[in-house]
Amino acid sequence: MQTTTNKETIFYTISIKGDLDASSSIIMDNAMQEAVAANEKHILIDCERLEYISSAGLGVFMSYLTDFEENDTKMALYGLSAKVRNVFEMLGLDQLIKLCHTREEACSFVG
Amino acid sequence: MSSVSYKTSCTRENLKNIRNFVEEAIMDMGLDEILNNQIILAVDEICANLIIHVHQTTPQDIIVIDILYLEDGVLFEIVDTKTTYFDFSKYQKPNLEDIKTSKRKGGMGLILVNTIMDEVDVFSDETVTIWRLYKHLPHLKISQE
Repeated sequence: MQTTTNKETIFYTISIKGDLDASSSIIMDNAMQEAVAANEKHILIDCERLEYISSAGLGVFMSYLTDFEENDTKMALYGLSAKVRNVFEMLGLDQLIKLCHTREEACSFVG
Repeated sequence: MSSVSYKTSCTRENLKNIRNFVEEAIMDMGLDEILNNQIILAVDEICANLIIHVHQTTPQDIIVIDILYLEDGVLFEIVDTKTTYFDFSKYQKPNLEDIKTSKRKGGMGLILVNTIMDEVDVFSDETVTIWRLYKHLPHLKISQE
C-alpha cells in the first residue's frame, strides 16, 4: 500500500493506493500522524484507489475521531468502491465517519 | 466433498497471499463482489489475529487454511498448532463508542467475522487450535440441481 499527500488551499489530502490491512495500517497511521502534527484541520482521504480494507485499516480512522472532535478537525473519505464502503457499513462506521461519493462532496463537508 | 488447503508462515506480508488464496478458491462460486470481499475479509481477520497476536509475526511458525466445499455452503478451517485457549462462547461484542473514545485501533475484527459468517467456533486441545467459519450459500445447492 502507498499513501501520497497533497495540500491545496485549506484541504490536506491523503491518497491511498492498494490494500489497507494489518500489514500496511502503520503506513496509514503515519500519514495521519503527519497531518495531525502539521495541525491540519480539513482532512480528505482519497479512497479511489483503495482496493481493500480490514479492521486494522478501520481502526486507524477510528483512533483519531475523538481527537478530531475535541480540536475541531474535520475528516471525510471519498471515492470508496462498493465493497470497501460495505466494510464500513457492516460495523455502522458510516454513522461515525463521513463517507462521500465525490471529492466535491467531501470538500463541502470538511471546508 | 472437495477441499483445498494453504499453508503459510506467520508474517504480516503473507496476509495478502492468504487473501489471494481465498479469492481464487471461491471465485467459481458465483458470489457478487461484496459477498466475495466479505468472505475474504473474515478469513483475513482470523489469520491476522493469529499471526500478530498469537505468533507475534514469527516467520518459522505456520498456520494452515483449509477450505471445504459443502453442499450448501463453504467451511473455512484455520488450523494453528500453537494452541491457545479462547472461549468464544464468552466473547462479547465491544461497543463502538468505547473503541472510539479509548482511541484504540483494534477490537473490530471479530465483530466483522461474526457479522459475515453464519457460524463461528473455536476448537482447542493440547496440540491444536482450529477456527471454524461457516458461510451458508443456499444458491450453491440450487445451481447443482
